[in-house]
Amino acid sequence: MSAEATTPVIAEVPSFAVTLMVRRYNPEVDSEPKWQDYDLTMYGTDRVLDALHKIKWEVDGSLSFRRSCAHGVCGSDAMRINGRNRLACKTLIKDLDLSQPIYVEPIKGLEVEKDLIVDMNPFYQAYRDIKPFLIASDKPEKERIQSAADRERFDDTTKCILCAACTTSCPVFWTDGQYFGPAAIVNAHRFIFDSRDEAAEVRLDILNDKEGVWRCRTTFNCTEACPRGIQVTRAIAEVKQAVLRGRA
Amino acid sequence: MEIVIETPNSPRKRKGANWEKYGWMYMRISGAVLIVLIFGHLIVNLWDKGVGAIDFAFVAGKWTNPFWQVWDVLMLWLALIHGTNGMRTITNDYAEKEWVRKTLNITLWVVCGALIILGTLVATTFDPCIDPNAVNYLPTVCK
Repeated sequence: MSAEATTPVIAEVPSFAVTLMVRRYNPEVDSEPKWQDYDLTMYGTDRVLDALHKIKWEVDGSLSFRRSCAHGVCGSDAMRINGRNRLACKTLIKDLDLSQPIYVEPIKGLEVEKDLIVDMNPFYQAYRDIKPFLIASDKPEKERIQSAADRERFDDTTKCILCAACTTSCPVFWTDGQYFGPAAIVNAHRFIFDSRDEAAEVRLDILNDKEGVWRCRTTFNCTEACPRGIQVTRAIAEVKQAVLRGRA
Repeated sequence: MEIVIETPNSPRKRKGANWEKYGWMYMRISGAVLIVLIFGHLIVNLWDKGVGAIDFAFVAGKWTNPFWQVWDVLMLWLALIHGTNGMRTITNDYAEKEWVRKTLNITLWVVCGALIILGTLVATTFDPCIDPNAVNYLPTVCK
């Protein structure tokens, strides 16, 4: 049998032209961030992250952005795409409006370090402040047993990947950087409603702060931004109710 | 990389007492009561003859009844405090300098307090038969 006979005919993958407007900022050269446009040929299976890779690898190696797993799990590449916070690795280019350029900028409310990279420290500080670890006094021989129903109680908030899409979509966080922000409250919720944890009151007391849950204005930006589909505003509301009760 | 959690389990530094919880509760409770009070007010004042029927005699006539005095004073207090607290929240969001924030907040509460005192004074010390010569403009109780 000849090689030609066994080779199946593969049709060319359809491609399309797309313009990417990227918010660029180099602190060593620029005084202000500026938009820069890139004309690219992309395919139906490409995501915004692939477009950024194409720019970095083939057009301009100085473009800086964070990414790690590239599959929506690590939460590194949250950015503002066409005005909405999304993960670049979970946003297919073909799903965006291609009649106009695609605008890519860093997430808002945190200081831009370079191009699409922001200083995540204030975000992580709020996360640390709510004690994101199990606090339990018992020392069981084996694992701590939990019923399926008790596990279900906080299942939604275990999905958080700390990408900061929610916190940096929150208008209160934009103007008041001291606010704990949705992500910290979501992660507090994960432990407050965990039947194995014993420090719910401690965390509720922390979130009863001036910059705590009462800052939330229920605009639902966070719920809309979450790439994991967590009902963030609902979780915040449940924490508010728990603060009022004084227990989980 | 080593992950360091600085002083785990140490209490977070607090900046004095805070009333945010009570503020939040007040906004919800007063909001619910205000819906009843304001729509009741609008219906009673406007339903029958429209805005043209509201004159001195109409308002004065209403305030001869303690029920409407309490209704209106309650509406005044709840709405002013509700609105001022809402404005305080916005100030806290947008005022970047501490002295600007403090000045705006103090101004807000002073204005709110003054309006509440004046409004309460008017509603409670009101004389419906203010001028015996102008009987045609006064409520029927004065005739």
